[in-house]
Amino acid sequence: MLEVLADFVEELRAASIPISPTQVVDAARALSCLPLEDRSAVKYGLGAVLVSSEDHWEVFDTVFEVYFSAGRDISSLPGEEKQEESSSRSTRIRSALAQLRGTPPTSFSAYQEMTQKEIDDLLAMAVATGDGPLMTALVNIVVTRYAAIEKGRPVGGRYYFYRTLRSLDMDRIKLALSYASMNDDMDEHDPLTKLLREREVESRLDLLKDEIAKEIRRRLVADRGPKAVARSIRRPLPEEVDFMNASSTEMTALRRALYPLTRKLAAKLAAKRRHRHSGSLDFRSTIRHSLSDGGVPVDLKFRHPHPAKPELFVIADVSGSVASFARFTLQLLYALSAQFSRVRSFVFVDGIDEITEVLEKADDVAEAIVMVNKEADVVFMDGHSDYGNALSMFWERWGGEMNARTSVLILGDARSNYHPPRVHILKAVRARTKHVYWFNPEPCSYWDAGDSVLSSYAPFCDGVYECRNLRQLTKAIEAIGA
Amino acid sequence: MRSSEIDASTIPNERAVEPAEWLPLDLFSSPSKLKEGLAKVGYLADDRIASTVFLAARLGKPILVEGPAGVGKTELAKATARLIGRKLIRLQCYEGLDESKALYEWNYKKQLLRIEVAKLDRTNNGEKDGGDTVAPSSWHELEDDIFSENFLLERPLMAAIRALEPVVLLIDEIDRVELETEALLLEVLSDYQISVPELGTINAKTIPLVFLTSNNSRELSEALKRRCLYLHIDYPDHEREEQIIAVNVPGISERLSKQVAKVVGLLRSMDLKKAPSVSETIDWARTLVLLSIESVNAEIAKDSLHVLLKYRSDIDKVAKRLQSDDSFVA
Repeated sequence: MLEVLADFVEELRAASIPISPTQVVDAARALSCLPLEDRSAVKYGLGAVLVSSEDHWEVFDTVFEVYFSAGRDISSLPGEEKQEESSSRSTRIRSALAQLRGTPPTSFSAYQEMTQKEIDDLLAMAVATGDGPLMTALVNIVVTRYAAIEKGRPVGGRYYFYRTLRSLDMDRIKLALSYASMNDDMDEHDPLTKLLREREVESRLDLLKDEIAKEIRRRLVADRGPKAVARSIRRPLPEEVDFMNASSTEMTALRRALYPLTRKLAAKLAAKRRHRHSGSLDFRSTIRHSLSDGGVPVDLKFRHPHPAKPELFVIADVSGSVASFARFTLQLLYALSAQFSRVRSFVFVDGIDEITEVLEKADDVAEAIVMVNKEADVVFMDGHSDYGNALSMFWERWGGEMNARTSVLILGDARSNYHPPRVHILKAVRARTKHVYWFNPEPCSYWDAGDSVLSSYAPFCDGVYECRNLRQLTKAIEAIGA
Repeated sequence: MRSSEIDASTIPNERAVEPAEWLPLDLFSSPSKLKEGLAKVGYLADDRIASTVFLAARLGKPILVEGPAGVGKTELAKATARLIGRKLIRLQCYEGLDESKALYEWNYKKQLLRIEVAKLDRTNNGEKDGGDTVAPSSWHELEDDIFSENFLLERPLMAAIRALEPVVLLIDEIDRVELETEALLLEVLSDYQISVPELGTINAKTIPLVFLTSNNSRELSEALKRRCLYLHIDYPDHEREEQIIAVNVPGISERLSKQVAKVVGLLRSMDLKKAPSVSETIDWARTLVLLSIESVNAEIAKDSLHVLLKYRSDIDKVAKRLQSDDSFVA
């Protein structure tokens, strides 16, 4: 048991979840008092000890599934599947099959000769009625038939997963599901009913997919052992996902993480602003309060400070070279404008346009992105980023609106396609404003390589930060907020 | 300042009683038992909650509860206190909370009075004895006196530590205090003791069951997180929400509670500024019952959205989704 725990912790650390030795000791103590036969209790118990942030939970969950696979007794790991379990499965399938065909199956192993269609129908039935055991049993068969797992091949199982899904008639299952959920006596033409049903079907299908992925993982673990499997399915934590090459699901996760992040940042910055200076001594209030202490001024009272709210100008590159970062940038801009009172947002490629109003009008990020793409006039010549031109247009049109309280934040890779960088403009901007910061989504080692001209801009920035992932971004924003 | 040996001897330094020893064994024999128990006092826990509370009780560690507003973080502590029939001591955190509000404070006014009285005594005595020979030693006596427990004002943390009977301690919205103030709690949470310079170290007689809640408005320090078990409470799934509605809204039909849970689940899956919380769900269910509505449709949902959603833009967005199909038909 302890050995499994040690391997488990090692894998979690390899997935860069921070776990201290004290936590490991606590985990061992936890195992000694948790009921080991209750799998979910063990999972949540270990989770409570080892995970200290919800962002890490998903990674923990996956690794736990790999190391403590379901359907097995945790104390006898790794073990073979129990005989009675598999026989109870086959009875369950046979009775369901009998229900479907109308006649009981002839031979004991009739379910092995089930047709593709029958499997789909049974799956739909299991999913629709939420019949867990039947679904597990069916998924077991489906994976055996279609995944065609090759022993010893060092893969993470995505391939087997899609092969299995392809062989199933998903549309048929979907249709059967939406019929099954129609039995409610709700109004069929009501848009709410429709929305509800769509969601119901989606979530049930997700359940099925989940089950299949789990079964495949279980077999991989049985084949190659937990260590190898965990290594091949290891994924970065949300805060470490690189903006430049994030997949669409990772992007969704990032977006979800972004909102609380901006909220946290806003709270932190506001607190810092408030506490930096306390106001002057409030003599009257001090004397008033000293009355309760017999005239001794024990508590000094100060006036509330009124620090000026800083104005933030954010200028973001949305050109092709930073396409995926640009998408993220827009989301960041959107989140920022909801949190900070005075943010003005600009986007550029080789021309520049202000999008502050667009972001205010939009109901959500997706809409904002669509509107920006449609309305913002960012292409001046050829649609290749030209920092020099964008900067000079910015200076011409909005230069007069900046003042000593303004901070300017530039988001981009400084790849100007060999156009002149027109550094003097940034110098002028720097001279007029309070701060100029530069966030670059490229790794440090790429800076100034090729057409990147960051180092010519850098002398006129108060800080240049590498922002490849959420963690770096948080650090950078905290640094400039100080 | 002064030696703490004398005072330490007045405070018995025995080993504190761990939660595992004082908690009722039958309720804490397994996570599933605990879940049943909590359900009986009106708190429907899921497996994760039950397992974490169980473990916290066994290991004697505080629980840090995080999650969106209105999912029952504070209620968990209250329900646990109800379940085991112990007193709940609550420390509500806010920005600017300091040790005089969290730990203890010297009762300055009472001390002043005491000094005044001592002055009076001395002048009286001085007249009688005809000399001020008593003065130097009386200052020590006086100091001992005014920095004794009689002049100590207990604040929640001190009260929880010194309680003779074990208690449940709730430190609510810990994320509201500044990072520096968090450090105040560390001594209490790891060693269950409080150091008072004038009195020495005060040790817990019984170790309380501690809950800390956070709305995650800022990152808590690693030091604090390390001392706690971590529990994230999310919005409940359909079935649990249905049960929660059924428990909290008397007279609701099973069908309606099912629908309410489904609609709220749908809203939460949309990208909203503020997703409806459990308490808002219950409010909505109550509203529907009061309006004696049997079944929810788009029209009704649209009209009562303001109970569930608190932002204009969110309401507009959902309303748009709810009628988009009609416009296609028309």
